[in-house]
Amino acid sequence: MRGKTDVKIGTPKEVFEGEARVAMTPDSARQLQKLGYECAIEAGAGSAAGFSDAAYKEAGVKVIKGAAPLWKAVDIIAKVRPPTETEMKRLREGQTLISFFYPAANEKLMDLAKSKGANTIAMDMVPRISRAQKMDALSSMANIAGYRAVIEAGSNFGRFFTGQVTAAGKVPPAKVLVVGAGVAGLAAIGTATSLGAITYAFDVRPEVAEQIESMGAEFVFLEFDEQQQDGAATGGYAAPSSPEFRDKQLEKFRELAPEMDIVITTALIPNRDAPVLWTKDMVEAMKPGSVIVDLAAERGGNCELTVPDEKIVTEGGVTIVGYTDFPSRMAAQSSTLYATNIRHMMTDLTPEKDGEVNHDMEDDVIRGATVTFENEITFPPPPPKIQAIAAQPKEKPKELTPEEKRAQELAAFKEATKQQVAMLAAGGVLMLVIGAYAPASFMQHFIVFALACFVGFQVIWNVSHALHTPLMAITNAISGIIVVGALLQIGSPSYLVIFLSFISVLIASINIVGGFLVTRRMLAMFQKS
Amino acid sequence: MFSIGLTSAAYIAASVLFILALGGLSNQESAKRAVWYGIVGMFIAMVATIFGPGVSNLFLILVAVAGGAVAGTYVAGRVQMTEMPQLVAALHSFVGLAAVFIGLNADVMLSTVNDLKAAGTAMADADLTGFGEKLWKKDSVEIAILKVEVFLGIFIGAVTFTGSVVAFGKLAGKIDGKPVQIKFPSESAPIPFLSGHWLNAVSLAACIILGFMYFNGAGIWTMVLVTIIAGFIGWHLIMGIGGADMPVVVSMLNSYSGWAAAAIGFTLGNDLLIVTGALVGSSGAILSYIMCRAMNRKFVSVILGGFGGTGGPAQEVSGEMIAIEAEGVAASLNDADSVIIVPGYGMAVAQAQQAVSELVRKLRSQGKEVRFGIHPVAGRLPGHMNVLLAEAKVPYDIVLEMDEINDDFPETDVAIVIGSNDIVNPAAQDDPNSPIAGMPVLEVWKSKQVFVSKRGQGTGYSGIENPLFFKENTRMFYGDAKASLDKLLPMID
Repeated sequence: MRGKTDVKIGTPKEVFEGEARVAMTPDSARQLQKLGYECAIEAGAGSAAGFSDAAYKEAGVKVIKGAAPLWKAVDIIAKVRPPTETEMKRLREGQTLISFFYPAANEKLMDLAKSKGANTIAMDMVPRISRAQKMDALSSMANIAGYRAVIEAGSNFGRFFTGQVTAAGKVPPAKVLVVGAGVAGLAAIGTATSLGAITYAFDVRPEVAEQIESMGAEFVFLEFDEQQQDGAATGGYAAPSSPEFRDKQLEKFRELAPEMDIVITTALIPNRDAPVLWTKDMVEAMKPGSVIVDLAAERGGNCELTVPDEKIVTEGGVTIVGYTDFPSRMAAQSSTLYATNIRHMMTDLTPEKDGEVNHDMEDDVIRGATVTFENEITFPPPPPKIQAIAAQPKEKPKELTPEEKRAQELAAFKEATKQQVAMLAAGGVLMLVIGAYAPASFMQHFIVFALACFVGFQVIWNVSHALHTPLMAITNAISGIIVVGALLQIGSPSYLVIFLSFISVLIASINIVGGFLVTRRMLAMFQKS
Repeated sequence: MFSIGLTSAAYIAASVLFILALGGLSNQESAKRAVWYGIVGMFIAMVATIFGPGVSNLFLILVAVAGGAVAGTYVAGRVQMTEMPQLVAALHSFVGLAAVFIGLNADVMLSTVNDLKAAGTAMADADLTGFGEKLWKKDSVEIAILKVEVFLGIFIGAVTFTGSVVAFGKLAGKIDGKPVQIKFPSESAPIPFLSGHWLNAVSLAACIILGFMYFNGAGIWTMVLVTIIAGFIGWHLIMGIGGADMPVVVSMLNSYSGWAAAAIGFTLGNDLLIVTGALVGSSGAILSYIMCRAMNRKFVSVILGGFGGTGGPAQEVSGEMIAIEAEGVAASLNDADSVIIVPGYGMAVAQAQQAVSELVRKLRSQGKEVRFGIHPVAGRLPGHMNVLLAEAKVPYDIVLEMDEINDDFPETDVAIVIGSNDIVNPAAQDDPNSPIAGMPVLEVWKSKQVFVSKRGQGTGYSGIENPLFFKENTRMFYGDAKASLDKLLPMID
């Protein structure tokens, strides 16, 4: 174990060709230092994202020249892309690596990490539960990708997004179709609508229709009877759909293709190649000058003609953008968000804020993201303890028709009438029975009593709930009226009676005075704004 | 000196004024006038009685009234608003005790009058008070009824007295709030008839038997015994009821104190006492009813203590409680446009109402809509929260009842739950097996974000797990309510 103040977090320069992102920003470094960590960065690591070494120094980050010395100097490595083999070899026993890892596709790297004895946290394995949203780097990157996709489409599209009526003529608005309403899709919808385009969106999960509409797009509705699997059951991702469903879907797209100016496809199914949703004939049906941006290019693409990492123009004049590095193209923004995701991960790893990593394998989020731990491969993780992502929709109570409502009201009224009549009858009979036996002097008082009860019930129902405490205090005060009874007895010749009456008058007076004063005090406090 | 006619007129005036005093509590503004009706009514009633026919020993009366007034003023001026439940309970006990004394007096005087009658003394010669004269004129049927009334007055009075003393002790924290019942002879092997509610039933039967003996001519000792046994019933009954049911208990005792006064009114043949007692009695009964309905429980089951049996295992609560620090709460509040605060007994315990008020002031000054949602049984007294908030200068028009505010939660950005638990428990609606199933609750979980200020992770008084704390939009803001809010306040800008 190293000393308390020595634990360092370091970020090397990304070695992947063209990768501009960086896993630590000066801002995130300041936050990490608040957790008790020292921060280090490889010289020039942030320059592609617009963060100079000087800015890091100013934030108290140690700038180290060269990757090897940095890997050696720090206990925790935070980076963006999955490590290369060269990088993996630099890992040492007990070191922690935090980065994207894609463990399912990178078993070799996992074995390497295991043999080195390093603990590896894969940012792409953070479970999709609310508590972990702040460190869900996939979502923050997807958000950027969705935004950038629209910008990219716009720069390749020869027209306005928004419809305008200018002196030089009328410009129709662009029509945008977004396929797949995940995080990236929703971000694309939001960006496209805010640029003024008419936006349509499609998703196989009917439950996202509400989200799509809330972003200002129109949900492309597909008439299909088959019950779709609830997205909540598959961890919030779409599940593969049946061939019949797919045919129906393609038919709809074919219908839409000639109208659409811009198509953004974001459909991915976990651990599978991207489904082909935009076939060659659809591309051919599109108007010249239209743009397709394929965010699934890395997995082969949703569009049949997509060439990963390239932008092509078809014979029909349709531009197909197949870049796979959208987040890196907005490096300043994506670095800021990714660094914040890393910082939140560190916050969870440092519950005591003492600069000491507590790698708690009982914690759902940490356990889920960890792929190697203490010379063991811990992938795939067990399902998280918390299952529900979206609550099962409850059946809404049926709206009553006016007739049913009226019938109900009538029934309630009849019921109330019946009850009241029954109570009155019972009360009347009781009175008669008492009246038949009791002497007249008692009945006089009894009438008074019954009427007073009746008046009391009528009056008290109108008392505001807010004034129930003052009501109790004032009834306390007036129940001090029992003093009258004691006053009538205090003149008795018996000393015992005098004594007991005296005490009664005394305590009843406390009631009266105390009750009224405290009521007054309380009521004076109630003020209107 | 007032004649009987004048006294009666004064009594009518006092009765009307009392009714007006209670009726005036229908809203906050008329209430301020209403309390004066009550004071004037009480003044008229006392003056008319003291200077009416058949009252002597004026000096003693003045001493007692003055002493009571001084003590009352002292208590009323000093009591903290959080201590109102205790004060109310203490005042009930006084009425109960006075009813017992007056009942006993009535019996003593009755036997004196009977002795004098038996000795053949003429009524004019006997040194009688106003009440004594009335006794003299009663025939045998009337005396029998009088005895029933004395019995009822003493019995209800004694139950009210000891019950209120226990309620006071529990509310003031001088007695442990947990339900306790006698198990005789031992906790492990109780004899059914001498344990728990059976003991109460047996005691009640004993009182009734003693009552019959008294009607048939047994001496005052029967009534003294009834006082003691009824006192035991009151003590044992309230000891068996837990802290959170106190709103029902206090309203019930309020009701009893009224019925005790009414019973004494019958004994003395005094209509003013009957009217006032009936007013107070029905007021307490309605309050008890409202409280029970707010907890969706039968009055009897509250009195018998403990929660009723449940129909099956409680729903599994899945998820985890997620804590949040003051920074996070402050950030959410600064972003929010509408906030609803749901206070509970925990706020009173932590004396956090001033801090809450300050928070509300700050949020409102930024133009945010801040309101309070009050559950009828929040706190230990009906309307307790309203008084505490009023004391902290929270304007009453933003303090709303459950029914008024429940539909607004879905449009609310942030709901803050301060020291309440069962009244915001969604299990009441979702889980038919929950002990509180069907109880109306404040639907805080429908708002976009919920913060729960709570001391620790434990369950509340009822021991029922609260699924609200595990909801995705709920964050737990642990710590003493006042300390937490004080930490939060500087971060609200």
